[in-house]
Amino acid sequence: MKMTFGWRRWLVAASILAVLVVIGIFMFFGLRQRVSRLGQEERNAEQSERAVPRAAITTPTDQTIQAHMFWLSATTHDTLEPVDIELPLSADPAIRAKQLIQALITQVPDPARRTLPADASLLQLYLMPDGTAVADFSDALATETPSGILSEQLAVNSIVNTLAANVASIRRLKILIHGQETQTLAGHVDLTGFFTVSAPLSAPAGLPILPTNPTRLPPTTPGGVTILKHESAPPTPPASGVSAPKPAQPAPKNR
Amino acid sequence: MLNRSRLVAILIAALCAFGASLDAVSVSRAQPGGQQSQPPQAPAPRATGAAPIVKPQSQLGPFSPAGPPPSQSPFFTENVPPLIVLDPAHGGTDSGAHSSSGINESDIVLEYARLMRVALEAEGLRVILTREGDQNPSFDDRAALANASRRAIFVSLHVSTTGTPGTVRAYSLPALPAPQSFPVPALNLPPPVAQPNPHPGLRDWNHAQEPYLDLSRKLAELVQVQLSQRFRGSPDTPTAVAIRQLRTIAAPAIAVEVSSVSVPNRGQLEDMSSPLAQAVAKAVADFLSAYTGASPGASQ
Repeated sequence: MKMTFGWRRWLVAASILAVLVVIGIFMFFGLRQRVSRLGQEERNAEQSERAVPRAAITTPTDQTIQAHMFWLSATTHDTLEPVDIELPLSADPAIRAKQLIQALITQVPDPARRTLPADASLLQLYLMPDGTAVADFSDALATETPSGILSEQLAVNSIVNTLAANVASIRRLKILIHGQETQTLAGHVDLTGFFTVSAPLSAPAGLPILPTNPTRLPPTTPGGVTILKHESAPPTPPASGVSAPKPAQPAPKNR
Repeated sequence: MLNRSRLVAILIAALCAFGASLDAVSVSRAQPGGQQSQPPQAPAPRATGAAPIVKPQSQLGPFSPAGPPPSQSPFFTENVPPLIVLDPAHGGTDSGAHSSSGINESDIVLEYARLMRVALEAEGLRVILTREGDQNPSFDDRAALANASRRAIFVSLHVSTTGTPGTVRAYSLPALPAPQSFPVPALNLPPPVAQPNPHPGLRDWNHAQEPYLDLSRKLAELVQVQLSQRFRGSPDTPTAVAIRQLRTIAAPAIAVEVSSVSVPNRGQLEDMSSPLAQAVAKAVADFLSAYTGASPGASQ
């Protein structure tokens, strides 16, 4: 009798366990579906957000001029190369910066020369009175930029150099991803600080001078090229023993 | 009866635990990307005499790095053998750059680091790796290994997605912008003033690399010279890039990136491991003798 009771007890336990396992399996698959649905909803939300800035940005002051754009070199994909294209650009520096970044993404002459992911979009760009531009990109900039120091550096430099060559009033750039400060672009390049946007010595031919801040910085780089520098925020004086900033190689040549 | 109710209670507890683990799975799946941090390794006890580094628990606000200038830092003055911290990037769930042919950056750089350790030890140097297997320590866990030493040199190893295959680049952080080059506010606001260090003698963890920028650039130059001799098409000079991993290292720190995972077969990248190890070992030995006046093996 005792044995029978013992077996029955274990049979009941095993049955309960089996039921629980079945319930667990159903819950697991249900959760998986829910997670994938959530991911899809996020993607849809991003796409709908992207649809708005992807529409052509135009203003009454738009004037078609030759813009200096920086994409990968046609011969080697280790460096950037300036390409002149005709673009209708606004006189407003913030709108002009948006138009330029949108053109960087959408008007690349050859897919092999792309620096920013095709799915990336500029959600918003703010230009502060001190010349700080804050560019807010969609998640795709972080998730689809090829991982690597070189590729991330080229992506950031293409934005920085293009802004430097075409918008005189931007002094430094902060990159956000979907409204948030992130540690890195795709695992390497630090996005927690600011990137210095140095104006070229001479504006490209046909490029009107935009309203700028009263104070212009002395050009720090020879040859009218931009050097990508990363600033701490806020800037701190160099520690004793640290040499003054030194021009590295020209950005368009090796970036 | 008592046994039966106890059994039911155990089963309910097991169900709860199972449900909790499912929730954890769903949360981790819902947050793709980002660095997966392994349980932090026990940090090595910091040797006495080194300038302490403050890892802020709260946002204290950035402040100027304090501590001795590099020329008087323990890196030069302490008579301890240098420690080379090799950092095979990525690992664990983060494979880094990867190709359609199945080449993963995290695997390749671990092989590079192992061979480089042998080459550096042959120079009489002490070497540790930030990971020995397929783990992914956080940026700060990796930095902690170097920052716990009084005389470390940090070399982070990477393989890129792009770039001319067979070329290698050395990177260090860019120099700080000169204070006067900072834009002047247009709204009659006072210019930004660096906050005084609220903890004199301590350094801000987030800016730990700042006093070592010049040394890091010199190390990168020496490494790049060796790389350009061994890998045709590599640049002659290093590149200054804001790399997150290097920012929190309180020691000469560089990154070395090999191009690229787009090679047709893995063997091409593996063939680069030996000359890469020799290049870095030679450059580190040159750096130590040129900038610290000590030959690597002498302090052993």
